[in-house]
Amino acid sequence: MKELFDRLFGKDRHDIAIEGLFLQGKAMVGKESATVIGTCEHAAIDAALALKISGAILNAVREGPRPILFIADTQGQALTRHDELLGLNGYFAHIARAVDLARRSGHRLITLINGEAVSGGFLAFGMLADKICALPGSEVRVMDLRAMSRVTKIELATLEQLAKESPVFAPGVENFWRMGAIHEIWSDKDSWPERLGMAFASLADERASIGFERGGRMLASPIAQCVANT
Amino acid sequence: MSYFEASARTRIRGLVDAGTFEEFCPPEMRQTSPHLARLNAPLSFDDGVAVGRARLSGHAILIAAQEGRFNGGSVGEVHGAKIRGLLDRALAERPSAVLLLIDSGGVRLHEANAGLIAISEIMRALLSVQAAGIPVFALVGGSCGAFGGMGIVTRLCNEVIMSEQGRLSLSGPEVIETVKGVEEFDSRDRALVWRVTGGKLRRAQGDATRLVEDSIPAFRNAAAELMERYRVHSLPEKSLTDLLADQERLACRNMQFSNARDGQEVWDATLSDSTHVPELSSEEFNQRLLER
Repeated sequence: MKELFDRLFGKDRHDIAIEGLFLQGKAMVGKESATVIGTCEHAAIDAALALKISGAILNAVREGPRPILFIADTQGQALTRHDELLGLNGYFAHIARAVDLARRSGHRLITLINGEAVSGGFLAFGMLADKICALPGSEVRVMDLRAMSRVTKIELATLEQLAKESPVFAPGVENFWRMGAIHEIWSDKDSWPERLGMAFASLADERASIGFERGGRMLASPIAQCVANT
Repeated sequence: MSYFEASARTRIRGLVDAGTFEEFCPPEMRQTSPHLARLNAPLSFDDGVAVGRARLSGHAILIAAQEGRFNGGSVGEVHGAKIRGLLDRALAERPSAVLLLIDSGGVRLHEANAGLIAISEIMRALLSVQAAGIPVFALVGGSCGAFGGMGIVTRLCNEVIMSEQGRLSLSGPEVIETVKGVEEFDSRDRALVWRVTGGKLRRAQGDATRLVEDSIPAFRNAAAELMERYRVHSLPEKSLTDLLADQERLACRNMQFSNARDGQEVWDATLSDSTHVPELSSEEFNQRLLER
């Protein structure tokens, strides 16, 4: 992780502690100090980890409106009966409220996908930022095709064929980019500190209209407008 | 009439004042899912959700009802955009409340990416509606419950009205069983599934704010009563102090039930008498919760 932080912020420009699957600290973005909060090692997010994330966001709000960088690497929500009993959905909703409070308190929010961003884990914090950027080699998906095959009772071969044809279905950073849910895909050739500096500008939720412009979701924006405005 | 067995449109008819429902983007517009069409899967002219405005006990409301009988109430591109648009509309129209009749397994896997993004957009739009001082209620009592991203959306709502039959959680028992094995979660053990996700557990934890009988009038009465409360005490914006208190509550639950895997353990700690809980009427259950 230290290599990643060096590459993102520059050497000696970050102070980020890693505790198991959770990371938090401060780093310099341009001349500004930013709060860094994230998960690593493809973390499965359970109630305990969710509490760490929400706690760190609330701390950042208490400290005042500096930018927040979320670094997301998650295989999704933890799949246990215990976490369901606790009401893990409520822990995730609490993270979403904390992110929303940060936004309303003037924090600019960026998510960097570093590795995997999957389903509920991604919904919980990464997807609610103002801007979402993916590092090279990242993977984004809703559910493993084999699990999906078992749940939908559609043959795996059919799903694999569909994944080749349909951007609304297939895993992949490019597909989410086309649909407007990922704003930027970074490459290895980029200067990441520079890109990070440029990315930190606040934005409205324009994903539906971006998805329309990019041809990935042709109906989301017109339908929402039809219901909202007629 | 049973809420559980009713269709989405029957629920709306039974909940709102007679003749007041006016639908937006109605089935006549035939906005079906192009992604289901490509799979030759069955289509629905409303893509599994009805959205519109109405009155409830005279109060102006916006209302969405998911149809569990169509693809498990799942959220696809069109379905999700209708709910998101309704929430956007609330900012301009300023109803007394937005009612979400949730009956959904979550993201529609046939158009999974679009569904996931749509739920994230619904979450943000819902938070904006609340920040504008408009309360959002979730009603959960259908056969598909409130799972996946819709389970998160439900817990963002200011009020969650549930029946015992309603289920509220994140990952479905079938998914956990498929990935982790039957010893982790036996999805065919119906009684266990209800003890881990059902209305009586969620009410005991406080995740549901009302437990009602499985009837449309019972849901209507609870919603009307809550709306009256919000009319008198308007909705304050969530502050850092509020969220720190929520953080504390959730951390306590995590500690208190650090090994729990069965709702009975929660009832033992929250009810005056935790015997025969599944057989209790909602009234008897609420009484035992009150006595504690």
